[in-house]
Amino acid sequence: MPFTLIKNGLKNNASDIVDFPRQPDLKSSYDVIIVGAGGHGCAAAYYLARDWGIKNVCVIDKGYLGGGNTARNTAIIRSNYLTAEGVAFYKESMDLFKELDRELDINLMYSERGHLTLAHNDASIRTSRWRAEVNKQLGVDSELLYTDDVARVCPQLNVSQDVRYPILGALYHPPGAIARHDAVAWGYARDAIRMGAEVHQKTPVTDVIVEGGRVKGIQTDKGPVYADKVLQAVAGSSSLLAGMAGLELPIRTIPLQACVSQPYKPILDTIIVSGSLHIYVSQSSRGEFVMGGSTDPYPLYSTRSTLDFKEGLMSHMLELFPFLSEARIMRQWAGMADMSPDFSPIMGLTPIENYYIDAGWGTWGFKATPVSGKRMAECVATNKQPALLEPFRLSRFDNFTLTAEKGAASVGH
Amino acid sequence: MKIMPCPLNGPRNISEFVCGGDVKEMPNPESCSDLEWANYVFIHKNPAGVVDEWWCHTPTAYWFVARRNTVTEEILETFTAQQYFGASQGEPA
Repeated sequence: MPFTLIKNGLKNNASDIVDFPRQPDLKSSYDVIIVGAGGHGCAAAYYLARDWGIKNVCVIDKGYLGGGNTARNTAIIRSNYLTAEGVAFYKESMDLFKELDRELDINLMYSERGHLTLAHNDASIRTSRWRAEVNKQLGVDSELLYTDDVARVCPQLNVSQDVRYPILGALYHPPGAIARHDAVAWGYARDAIRMGAEVHQKTPVTDVIVEGGRVKGIQTDKGPVYADKVLQAVAGSSSLLAGMAGLELPIRTIPLQACVSQPYKPILDTIIVSGSLHIYVSQSSRGEFVMGGSTDPYPLYSTRSTLDFKEGLMSHMLELFPFLSEARIMRQWAGMADMSPDFSPIMGLTPIENYYIDAGWGTWGFKATPVSGKRMAECVATNKQPALLEPFRLSRFDNFTLTAEKGAASVGH
Repeated sequence: MKIMPCPLNGPRNISEFVCGGDVKEMPNPESCSDLEWANYVFIHKNPAGVVDEWWCHTPTAYWFVARRNTVTEEILETFTAQQYFGASQGEPA
């Protein structure tokens, strides 16, 4: 709980704090340019200033602060992955998340709910047990529950065996949480600006300047901006920006759709996910049921919504929660997910000198915001691949050493 | 609902189809380097614009090529393999 909230609540005239002062004009050069003012980009700017003293940093975005996938995910945070590499990485992120609202002094509404990944067949039970054991070995709280225990953890679930896909068990991850995703980007950006970084919104990057295999800067609609180092963190546009730098990526841009219901009084505290049924649902602090499904069936640079998605999602969700049959959808949206072949991020050094990449975040990017910011900052500052990011290096595809993270998002693959 | 004009089955709901990825030339696995093969397997052009892709109508297991705009989501044209690659290389339509 951030203390300013209490402090200002007890004051008669709380002073207006300008979180985002008007930014100066774009300079002609910086130490580091970060393309993409989402959670990841802003976090990297924050940790560059905090941990490495690099403050002459420009975060640049063609849209607005946190307006891309940072605002479009379903805000779930968990670390119950399947591979040791994945678990170690997301565990660090969760540890950072837990302290983040105090550190940034912003209310993230970080709320531990417990996370249930439902299993509807023997294969899923087997995977759940596998994941639970991997998690326990690595100090992550996870266990396999059977139906009666699932019903105790989440009595709202329809655990009847007389349905199309009965629940046989679930992987239970008590620290699974949700948070207010916008505030994560705002908090990082605000503190990065306080420490000296600049955030330039509405400034499209039109080209990346590379000379002799080394990055020199970027072209924008306001002219060229030079920098010693450039980091790209642009989610669904990763291939396009990397293409400007002359890189080809193992990424496909595929929309991921989601929607929320009208707000209701609190009734569902756990986060429910089903990989077999391609759904995830939680109730936000505002009372809305936040619902998502699998990625779209083919690549697209679009954030449109489709009826197919909602039909598929609702048919399964009503089987789990029949009481939602009268609930109405209030909003729908989509994000452009940068899907990698092994459902793991692509982070770190690139073949272009001083050009760094933070991509391949597909459907699993929000929960990794703190750790990716911290470790990408380390990567940029030291020009070395941090050990934690070693499994996620871009060059893993050259020699077929993929990460095979089947525990990635619980949907769509 | 999006309609895919299948060269064999006519206009059908796009949910009956799966996208098989970019049309690209396969390097000779006997003679190419590991890196060439890795690039063939993993690298995607992923353009924001017009792309030619393999699509399969799953109920009839029929493969064909669709030209599609990945920004506007328009399906511009579909081809049988024979039409696309020419009679010399393509499979019988």
